[in-house]
Amino acid sequence: MSYIIDRRLNSKDKNAVNRQRFLRRYRAHIKRAVSDAVSKRSITDIGKGEDISIPQKSIREPQMGHGSGGKRNIILPGNDNFIVGDRVKRPEGGGGSGGGGNASDSGEGIDNFVFQISQEEFLHYLFEDLELPNLVKRKLAGTESFKLARAGFSEVGNPTQINIPRTMRSAHARRIALTGMMRKKRRRLEQELSELPDIDSEENHTRKEALQLQISRLTKRILAIPFIDDFDLKFNLHVKKPLPVSKAVMFCIMDVSGSMDQNTKDIAKRFFILLYLFLQRNYEKTDVIFIRHHTSAKEVDEEEFFYSRETGGTVVSSALAMMTEIIKDRYPPDEWNIYGAQASDGDNWHDDSPRCYNLLKEHILPKSQYFCYVEITERDSQELWVNYERLKESHGPSFAMQKLRDQSEIYPVFKQLFQRKIQ
Amino acid sequence: MKRSPITTDSDWSFDTIEAYDREIGRVAESYALDTYRNQIEVIRSDQMMDAYASVGMPVGYNHWTYGKHFIKVERSYQRGQMGLAYELVINSDPCISYLMEENTMTMQALVIAHACYGHNSFFKGNYLFRTWTDASSIIDYLIFAKNYIAECEERHGIDEVEQLLDSCHALMAYGTDRYKRPSPISAREEQERQLEREEYLQKQVNDLWRTIPKDIEQEKSQKRSRFPDEPQENLLYFIEKNAPLLEPWQRELVRIVRKMAQYFYPQRQTKVMNEGWACFWHYTLLNHLYDEGLVTDGFMLEFLESHTNVVAQMPYNSRFYSGINPYTLGYAMMQDIRRICEKPTEEDKYWFPEHAGSDWRETLHFAMQNFKDESFIQQFLSPEVIRNLKLFNILDDSSKEEMLISAIHDDEGYQVIRESLARQYNLNYQEPDIQVYNVDVRGNRSLTLHHIQDPQYRPLGPDTNEVLRHLRRLWGFDVYLHTLRNGDIVKTYSCTKH
Repeated sequence: MSYIIDRRLNSKDKNAVNRQRFLRRYRAHIKRAVSDAVSKRSITDIGKGEDISIPQKSIREPQMGHGSGGKRNIILPGNDNFIVGDRVKRPEGGGGSGGGGNASDSGEGIDNFVFQISQEEFLHYLFEDLELPNLVKRKLAGTESFKLARAGFSEVGNPTQINIPRTMRSAHARRIALTGMMRKKRRRLEQELSELPDIDSEENHTRKEALQLQISRLTKRILAIPFIDDFDLKFNLHVKKPLPVSKAVMFCIMDVSGSMDQNTKDIAKRFFILLYLFLQRNYEKTDVIFIRHHTSAKEVDEEEFFYSRETGGTVVSSALAMMTEIIKDRYPPDEWNIYGAQASDGDNWHDDSPRCYNLLKEHILPKSQYFCYVEITERDSQELWVNYERLKESHGPSFAMQKLRDQSEIYPVFKQLFQRKIQ
Repeated sequence: MKRSPITTDSDWSFDTIEAYDREIGRVAESYALDTYRNQIEVIRSDQMMDAYASVGMPVGYNHWTYGKHFIKVERSYQRGQMGLAYELVINSDPCISYLMEENTMTMQALVIAHACYGHNSFFKGNYLFRTWTDASSIIDYLIFAKNYIAECEERHGIDEVEQLLDSCHALMAYGTDRYKRPSPISAREEQERQLEREEYLQKQVNDLWRTIPKDIEQEKSQKRSRFPDEPQENLLYFIEKNAPLLEPWQRELVRIVRKMAQYFYPQRQTKVMNEGWACFWHYTLLNHLYDEGLVTDGFMLEFLESHTNVVAQMPYNSRFYSGINPYTLGYAMMQDIRRICEKPTEEDKYWFPEHAGSDWRETLHFAMQNFKDESFIQQFLSPEVIRNLKLFNILDDSSKEEMLISAIHDDEGYQVIRESLARQYNLNYQEPDIQVYNVDVRGNRSLTLHHIQDPQYRPLGPDTNEVLRHLRRLWGFDVYLHTLRNGDIVKTYSCTKH
């Protein structure tokens, strides 16, 4: 007799651990592939999974075996034209189909070992060592996160929440309170009844009957007290407690003026997309504000920020001024961790750069945790860069700036800006 | 007497699986197949991939190499390069076989016949399995191993354990005893004994490496003898017992890998027979059901199609040729034995005087029980099979310009082909003969191995240095490997402190 067992509902992914072990072992390969992929991909699919390719050589597990050489006999099937004594050329590529059926993997022996990691894993490797710096302020956020906490007991509630020990305890107490006097009286009467002299007299008889009557009346009254009553019920009480979370707002500022050519814009976009993915992944409660500017700044949504085109001159301070306004209106600095990221080609209206310096120094940097500036240019530094360098000196840890020349530098620069600091 | 078919539908249900199993079991019994109890488990395809990646075992310790296999399987399956095996069967008592949810009723019946009665009876009957594995305790042991290794990872870190296992895996082929029966293993005993063993082993090792000088008389006599006294071929065993620097838990890990290797030792030597036997029986059993009218024509067509695919042999010059198909060879030989018993020709009577005309069931059982691939081919490969498969022998002598066709399927060739093919399935021929020769006990503690080259003068493969590095990691001191040809050292590999 055989047992037939349905195992289809058993847990899946038994090999998830082993797969993780494999990924862990080849981390270096995977990370390299991931950062290569970032610069190669088009903007829209930057966050997808990725094919990782590892040279077969580095995942081989060595085994003792025979090498080529020496004399060997090989049996092959399907003889179609040979007779004894025929001589044939050795096939290209070594000893051919070696002895004992070891030839099975010769088909794809030299290829790389290729496998796919999921989007989740891709992003994990991409942002593994990164974090938003100086995230300190923890505040009660809006209404999103609550935790149910026990808060004692209540007289009203849902039947599923009945607390049985408490309920039974209060019922017991009530019964004692309401029947105590009667029980005491009954005990006294019973005592009296048992002490009556055992003589067969009229008086004695009447007394006995009276006592018995009283006792049975009392018993009836005692029994009439309900075992459990409505007001005995006690319920577990839960209250919602708001959870403190760290809230962050990220300002993305991009120059879309005429001097930004398509390639530069593209690089900037990639940088921001990376940033956006990073924020989305790491912080649930993160607002992102997109500000684009040429001569005037405009707050836009994600779609417009990344994909619409516009031209014009450049006044960087317009965007910074707008950022200051928005902070004042919507993001009180005592509640929010404020971050800024600005990308530009370094062009600016000639006397605007000192104004930017002032805006940042007076209004933005004191209120924010971190502000980074990325300049995408191959030219020498211009006025804006020079002004920002002064900021860097005075506001070291909360201000960072980097230059980007082409696509391949995006990820390294990004990594540098958001490197996890070892504390 | 014709009966009505068990089912006419291609969908399966638990009731129909049970019905088929009952019928197949009944027929199997009539052919005197002796099996362990069956435990048939229905699983999904991703679970099959899991099982596949962990060498078919239902539980296994965690290691990246299984992850690698899994990724490989998963990828080629998703891309349609590879179908999953229809079945997987575990040599345990009860014998666990997996059925895949996606299969049709016909395939389920085929798998039941193939695995639950074919492989199962082979596991129970074949002498190698009887000698080397203990079907009743393997699952328990695997659980013990998994938990123990997980515990080690917790205590000593994943990397430490992983490195050690890597090294053990590299030497896995040299972790089997070939001549004595290991004591049965059970998880509970194992756990209790494991602690004792730790202590005892460490004591022994310490004794071997004792540095306090003994009296000179003894010293002299020891100088002449080697350690170990006799060369040893079970490298992992030697390391477990004698490596000077291993911690007790590391010895236990070596032991676990060694036990696993031992468990798979019979499997590696009976591939042809095992598959041949199972194919022969699924063919015979299902045809028997058909003769009784229990299965339909459609059922048989579907069954025959996959049967034919399984036992197909590509010719040597095909693009898809990937070695001799053990299913084909095994199945052809099993069928041939039956033919020799039932309808012997003159040739058969000359080649197999003791089997021609005998009772085929007895002869087949005799063959299944008492042989391994090498000896089975040596004994039973008939001219008929050689002709049908058109086998021929190529002599590849690396000192000559061209390869020589030294035998084909003719009168002069049969014996040569038989011997040559049998040798291909001999583990001792497939793997280089490597033995522990000496340990420099009084000196630098270096370990010397000997590779006894075979008469074909085949050298060691390109991985040799890498494997030696793993061996050095386990041994803890320098390792030398000499290749010996007719007693003379012709080549030396070494792995010394870098």
